[in-house]
Amino acid sequence: MNERTQKVRMICIVCPMGCELEAVKKEGTTEIISIEGFRCPKGKEYANREIADPRRVLMTVINVKGGHLPIVSVKTAKPIPKQILVYAVRAVSKIKVDAPINAGDIIINNLLGTGIPVVATNNVGKTD
Amino acid sequence: MKKHSTDVLVLGAGAAGLAAASKAKQLDAKNVVLLDEKEDFGGILPQCIHPGFGLQYYREDLTGPEFAIRLYEKTKSLGVKIYNSTYAMELLAQDDRRIVRAVGPEGVIEFRPKTVIFSTGARESHAFEIGIVGYRPIGVYTAGQAQTMMDLYGVMPGENVAIIGSGDVGLIMARRLALQGADVKAVIELLPYPGGLARNIQQCLIDFGIQLCLSHKATRILGKRRVRGITVIRVDENLREIEGTEFEVSCDTVIVSAGLIPRVELLERAGARMDPATRSVVVNELLETSILGVYAAGNALVINDLVDYAAIQGERAATSAVEYIRNKGSPPVDWKPVTKGRNIRFIVPHYVSGHRDVSFYGRVMQPEEEVHIKIPEIKTELHRIGVKPPEMITFTISKRKFEKLEDNRLTVSIEPVN
Amino acid sequence: MPKTERIIIIGVGIIGACIARVLSRYQSLKVHLLEKEVDVGWGSSKANTALIHAGYDDDPGRFPVRARICVKGNALWRKWTRELSIPANWPGDLVIAVEESETKTLGELQERGRRNEVPETRIIQDRGELEELEPNITPNAISALYAPSAGQIRHSVEAVIAVVGNAVDNGISLHLATEVENVRVKNGHVIDIETNHGRFEADWVINAAGLYADVISNMVGIDHFRIHPRRGEYLIFSKDAYPKTKRILFPAPTQYSKGVVVTTTVDGNLMLGPNSQDLVKEESEATNTTSGGLEYVWKEAYRIVNSLPPRDKVIRTFAGLRAEPEPTADFIIKAYDEVEGFINAAGIRSPGLTSAPAIAQEIIEIMKDRGVKLVRKKRWNPYRERPKAFREIGYRERDKLIKSNQLYGKMICQCELVTEAEIVEAIRRGATSLDGVKFRTQAMMGECQGSFCEFTVAQILARELGIPVWTVTKSGHGSEIGIGDITVLLKEREAEEG
Repeated sequence: MNERTQKVRMICIVCPMGCELEAVKKEGTTEIISIEGFRCPKGKEYANREIADPRRVLMTVINVKGGHLPIVSVKTAKPIPKQILVYAVRAVSKIKVDAPINAGDIIINNLLGTGIPVVATNNVGKTD
Repeated sequence: MKKHSTDVLVLGAGAAGLAAASKAKQLDAKNVVLLDEKEDFGGILPQCIHPGFGLQYYREDLTGPEFAIRLYEKTKSLGVKIYNSTYAMELLAQDDRRIVRAVGPEGVIEFRPKTVIFSTGARESHAFEIGIVGYRPIGVYTAGQAQTMMDLYGVMPGENVAIIGSGDVGLIMARRLALQGADVKAVIELLPYPGGLARNIQQCLIDFGIQLCLSHKATRILGKRRVRGITVIRVDENLREIEGTEFEVSCDTVIVSAGLIPRVELLERAGARMDPATRSVVVNELLETSILGVYAAGNALVINDLVDYAAIQGERAATSAVEYIRNKGSPPVDWKPVTKGRNIRFIVPHYVSGHRDVSFYGRVMQPEEEVHIKIPEIKTELHRIGVKPPEMITFTISKRKFEKLEDNRLTVSIEPVN
Repeated sequence: MPKTERIIIIGVGIIGACIARVLSRYQSLKVHLLEKEVDVGWGSSKANTALIHAGYDDDPGRFPVRARICVKGNALWRKWTRELSIPANWPGDLVIAVEESETKTLGELQERGRRNEVPETRIIQDRGELEELEPNITPNAISALYAPSAGQIRHSVEAVIAVVGNAVDNGISLHLATEVENVRVKNGHVIDIETNHGRFEADWVINAAGLYADVISNMVGIDHFRIHPRRGEYLIFSKDAYPKTKRILFPAPTQYSKGVVVTTTVDGNLMLGPNSQDLVKEESEATNTTSGGLEYVWKEAYRIVNSLPPRDKVIRTFAGLRAEPEPTADFIIKAYDEVEGFINAAGIRSPGLTSAPAIAQEIIEIMKDRGVKLVRKKRWNPYRERPKAFREIGYRERDKLIKSNQLYGKMICQCELVTEAEIVEAIRRGATSLDGVKFRTQAMMGECQGSFCEFTVAQILARELGIPVWTVTKSGHGSEIGIGDITVLLKEREAEEG
C-alpha cells in the first residue's frame, strides 16, 4: 500500500543560526520519515518536537495593583502547546496581582491544565 | 554644586554599564560610581520581556528583565554607588582633567572621575529618518517606543498595525502586538532579505500568520490626527520604486523599526574621533576612545545583536579603566590600525597593539555564503557558513596569533571560499 | 456709564491673538476669543517660516493693504517680542540674484521698499561683501538686496501663546474647542454667534478664522472673497548640521511667491522652505508633505547657498497651509455697511505673521470710525514673563533651581534639555496635549523627535490632568496615544467570541 508523504518546512528557533529544516512525514500522522537541514542535534530534536507537539514559551504582562509600575512581565516556566497560545494569553491577562512582586514569583500554578506555571520575570515594588 | 571625585564613572546602567561597574569593583577599583537617567536600572532590558538573554554570559536563557536583575544584584552587592534619575549633560576633557556634569533630584553634580565608561546605549531611527512623507499623526511609534508603552507601562498603542522594517526589534514587536490581540497587517522591508534573524521570522511572523513584504518601501503616512494607513510600493533590485505598484495598507498604528544609532553626543562634543560607519567613537582594543581614560562599551560603541556582547564589552572597558588608574595612564603603544577590506561595513576596535587577546565585532555589507574572514597580516582565515548584515560577525584573536604580525596594520575582509 | 461692547473674535491664530491683545487695552469691552481646536495657533499659525519680513516685497500699486501694513508690523514686533519675551532675532535678509534677469527684480524690490518706507535696504555686488554678510552664499550670486530690518521669531505658535496669554492676563476670555456654527444677523446688525458650546451675544464679530474665513463671512452674507489653501513644505535639520546660514536667504521672487527660504532658526536649526502649492478648498486640512514638494524645496535651496548639510541630517519635514484670498491677493480688513458689527480680518496670506500687530491696530481704527468709544484702561500690563528655560542658564543657576524644585532635576527631553518642572508649568499654563507641551517647551522638537520622551510627556500630562495615559492626545480629540490598557483587545476578542 502506498503511504502518502508530506514535506514540512520550518526554521529552527533554538539558536540564532536559524537553520532551514525540511521534514518528511507520513501524511495524516506525526510519524517522521526524515529531517534535513539541521547543523546540530538540537535542530533535529526541534523538528521532531515541532511536528509531534509544537510548543512556545508565552511571554506577556499582567496588571499590578499598588506597584511602582502598573504591570509586571511574566512568562511560562516551560513552553506550552502552540495552539493554546491565544487562550493562554487571554487567561493570563485576566490576572491582577498586588505589589510587591518579585522575579520568580508564581502567578499561576497550572496554566490551562498544562501543568506549567506562569512566573513573574521582573520585580515591582510597592508605592508608598 | 556638589563635587564628587571618583576612580571610575560609568554612564548608563544597562547591560554594559552594570557589567562594567561590577567588573571594576571586582578588580579592586576603590571608588566606582554608576549613573542612570531613569529611576530604575537595566537600560532597555526591563522592557524586553522575551527570552534569549544570557545564553553565553550566564549559560541560561533569560528574559531581559531577569538578565538585568542578575547584573544589578551583583553590582549592588559589590558596593557600587548608584545615582538614579541622574542625567549626564557634559563631558569636559582637557589635558588629563576629566569632568562630567550631571543633573539629578538633589541638584547639579560635578564628577571628577579618573576614568569614564560610556555605556549610554542607543536611540532608534524615527519616521523622518526613513524618507517617509505625508501627515504627522499620532500612532507612528518606533518599535522601542511601542515596547515601552506595552511592556513597561501596559498601554495598548493600537489595533491594526503596519510595521516598517524587519529588524529583530520590529519582528519581536509584531509578535507582541499580535499576541495582545492586534491585527498586524504586514511587515514592510525595503531589502530583498529580512533584517532580523530567521528564527524570529519563524516565531514572530510565520507563527502568527503575519505577512512579510520584502523589496517594498513605505512611502506615505495617511491620516491627519491619527494614522489611517500607509502607502507601500514595490522596489527593484536597485531599490528604486516600481511605478504602478503602489497599494494602501489600512492601519491605525505604524511601528518604525529602522535601526539603532549609538548615543554618544557628549563624546562627540568633547572632541572624540568618530567612525561614520558605526556612527560611534573610534576605539583601540582597550575600548578606549581618542580621549585617554575615556571608554565606550555596549550599544553606545556598536549596535550589538546579543546583550551578552554588551556585557562583555563593559567588562573589557572596566578592565582597561582599572589598568589606566593603576598605571596612571594609557600604555605607550604603537597602535596598529585595523582596515576594512572586502565586504566589511565596519569592524571594531579600530586599533590593536598585538600585545593581548582582542575580540572583534563587525558587520558585512552584503550577504554571502561559504566565506572566510581573512586577516592576511596574521595569516588568519576563519570559516563562516554564511554572513549577512543583520548578524554581527565576532571573533577573538589571541595574543599568540598576533606574534605572526609583520605589518604595521591589520586588514579584515570577507572572501568567498575558493 | 459707557455701554459694554461685546466683542467676539473668531479664530485664535496670530491675527485673532493680536487683535485680542490690542483690544484688551481698552475699557468697557467684553472680549471673547473662540477657537475650534483644543489649543491656540493650530491653523496657518502652526507651520510657517516664522519670518518678520522687512516689507519691500509687497507692491503698493497692486496690494496696497499688505504694503502699508507689513512695515508697520515689523516695527511693532520689535516692541512686542521684548514685552512678551518671545524669542526672536533680527539678522536681516538677503534676496539673492543668480541670473542677470534677476538683478532687475532686485532693483524693483528696492524701489518698492522705498515706497513702503522700509529702512535702509542696499544692493550689494561686491563678492567680498556678500561673503562677509553671508559666508554660505552661493558662488553664483551676482548681487543681493540686503534688508537689515528683517527678523524671525522662534515659532509662530509660541508667539500666539504669548500674545494670547498676555491678552487673557488683561481680561480677555478664551474659549477653546469652541466651533462657530452660525453668526446671526438681525435688522442688518450682528446679534450673536451659535457654537457647539452655546450662544454668545455679540455687538461686534471679528472674523480671524484663517483658512475658513470665507465660510464665516458667508454666514452673514458677505461673500465677495474666497479662501483656498496654499501649502508650503519644509525641511529642518539637527542643530549639529553644518553649514548653517548667518542671514535669512531668499531667491529672487516670482510674481507668485517669495520663493524657498534658507534660514537658521532662532534655536539654531537650518531650515529650508516653503514651496507654494495651491490646493482646492476641500484640502483645507492637507498638511501632508509630498516627495515632489520636498524635492523641489531641496533643489531650490541649493540655488542660493554654497552648500547644505547631508540629507540624513534632516530631523523633520512638515507642511503648513496659508489662507490665500481670491480674487485679489491682498488682505481683507474691513467693516460693512450691509452688516453692521461684522469685521473681516481675512485672507491674511504672507506677510500675515509680520502684519499681525498692525492689523490689530487697523481693526481698532475701523471700530473707532464706526463710533466705538475706545478709552484706555488705567491699568494694562504689556508684559508677559517667560520663566528662564533650564537649557538657557548656567550650571550654578541650574543647581539653585533644582534645589528650589526637584522636578528641575528630572531631564525629560534630552535632545532639547527640557525638565519635568517646565513641562508641568506648560500644563499649568494651558497645555492639554502633547503638541501643547511641545510648543510651550520645545520638548520633542529635537533630534529624536520625541521617540524617547513622547510617552514620558504623556505620562506627565496624564498625571497632571488626572486622566488615563492612553487618553492623552497629540492634538485633541481623535489623536489619543493609545486605545486602552494592554488587555483591552483580548477582552474584546473574548467577548466577541461569546
